[in-house]
Amino acid sequence: MNDAVLEKTGSETIAPAGARLKVIDCDIHPSLPNRNAILPFLSKRWQEHFLAYGDHLRTPFLGTTPYPRSSPLIARRDAWPPTGGNPGSDLDFMRLQHLDANGIEFGILQVLDLFLFSQQNLEFGAAIQRAINEWQLECWSKPEPRLKASILVGQDDVPSAIAEIERCAKVGGYVQINVCPRANEPLGRRRYWPIYERAQELDLPLGIHVGGYGGHAPTASGHPSYYNEEHHSNAHSMASQLTSFVIEGVPERFPRLKFVFIEGGYGWVPATTWRMDQHFERFRSEVPHLKRKPSEYVRQNFWFTTQPSEEPDNAGHLRALIEWIGVDRLLFSSDYPHWDFDDPRFAIRTPLTDSERTKIFNDNARRVYKL
Amino acid sequence: MSRHVVARTSDIASGGNKVVTINSREIVVFHVNGRFFALLNRCPHEGAPLHKAACVAHLSAPEPGAFTRTRVGEMLRCPWHGWEFDMATGQSYFDPKGTKVRSYPVAVAEGRELAKGPYVAETFPVTVEDSYVIVEA
Repeated sequence: MNDAVLEKTGSETIAPAGARLKVIDCDIHPSLPNRNAILPFLSKRWQEHFLAYGDHLRTPFLGTTPYPRSSPLIARRDAWPPTGGNPGSDLDFMRLQHLDANGIEFGILQVLDLFLFSQQNLEFGAAIQRAINEWQLECWSKPEPRLKASILVGQDDVPSAIAEIERCAKVGGYVQINVCPRANEPLGRRRYWPIYERAQELDLPLGIHVGGYGGHAPTASGHPSYYNEEHHSNAHSMASQLTSFVIEGVPERFPRLKFVFIEGGYGWVPATTWRMDQHFERFRSEVPHLKRKPSEYVRQNFWFTTQPSEEPDNAGHLRALIEWIGVDRLLFSSDYPHWDFDDPRFAIRTPLTDSERTKIFNDNARRVYKL
Repeated sequence: MSRHVVARTSDIASGGNKVVTINSREIVVFHVNGRFFALLNRCPHEGAPLHKAACVAHLSAPEPGAFTRTRVGEMLRCPWHGWEFDMATGQSYFDPKGTKVRSYPVAVAEGRELAKGPYVAETFPVTVEDSYVIVEA
């Protein structure tokens, strides 16, 4: 625990974050005020389907997660809008509580509602995917230009994903293409490469936000008992996807493609990268399509958002971790309005120079997303 | 430290709280199990407002599968990351020596005592019929 930071948090009046630093927040969750708010963005045919059958989520319960969190809808308890509706659904309240209060210059939207990546009915999945992408522009980016939309695509239906990418690229206003880290297969598999090829051509980063229920157990050893255990799968599922992308050769084949790993934290990145290098030295002949050491691809093509920021007891250890990954590779994210929100004033609890802070909180994201 | 009359005892329902500002510090006053507790309204971790905290019991397990609940409603669970604090002392459960929320002495006094002074109400007009919550901050 860093006493200096605690002292600052616990005493006197606190200045708003924006007074010190303009922040680019790479993970903001907008949400539908209620499920039916998506209806205007669906055709009559899919409205009827949605009302009659609902959406498909490979979990036992609707309206919650298979490992329920201690706070309703995964949200900060102070993020329920006074006007009603779910946390993250009221733009004015989001402005008041987060965008204005924390000096957010730009925020990248990450939608989790109606989890389109899990839809097994592919036509319905395509309809939901389009609806969510239109809804982001209409209800968020257009009224609030600080908020930038992502093109969500269900990667398991590659033709629909490509069609949706083309549609959104024509419309414009989107800053990345999102796929899901826990759908059917590891993301490095070749069946997904047409999506990556198009992302590179359009110069849109590929966003991979944690989560998803693709039908696999959340850990490689099966279903754990507690949320406390399950929450770790955010980190190790991201580690396995980093390995998949690199070892299957995606950044070798698409050297200009930018990958952004979102909400997986970053403590696992150095160990995963060291291990990939070590294995590469020993088993290089198994993967002759790789021309460089795995760490070189990681340092050139991959970025990691910071939340939930690691909090080692010794602040110096966090500093070392950031140096191992590279201060150029980290993008600040808050996860607003979720319970594990990181406040830009107090997260990343280690001494950083002004220039390092500016990179992590603003410049790196500005370059990756061309803002 | 000076004494500040912050509310009538009847203003804060049992299980509820009230946020008051004393010398530009936000202080939250909780009312639980017939007692009042005052704490700085900010989590020492990342600054979350504690008046939105869940007021929970102290839950412990002598062994897996067995549990005891004590001090019902007197533990705060931070509205963001769920850090737990003892409402009476501000001590955190997981790091009682290193991490705490600043807490302030609270007293309840009858209006007729207050009207005599020297503790004339600073934030509240005092009438002699009621009882009042007083925070030292």
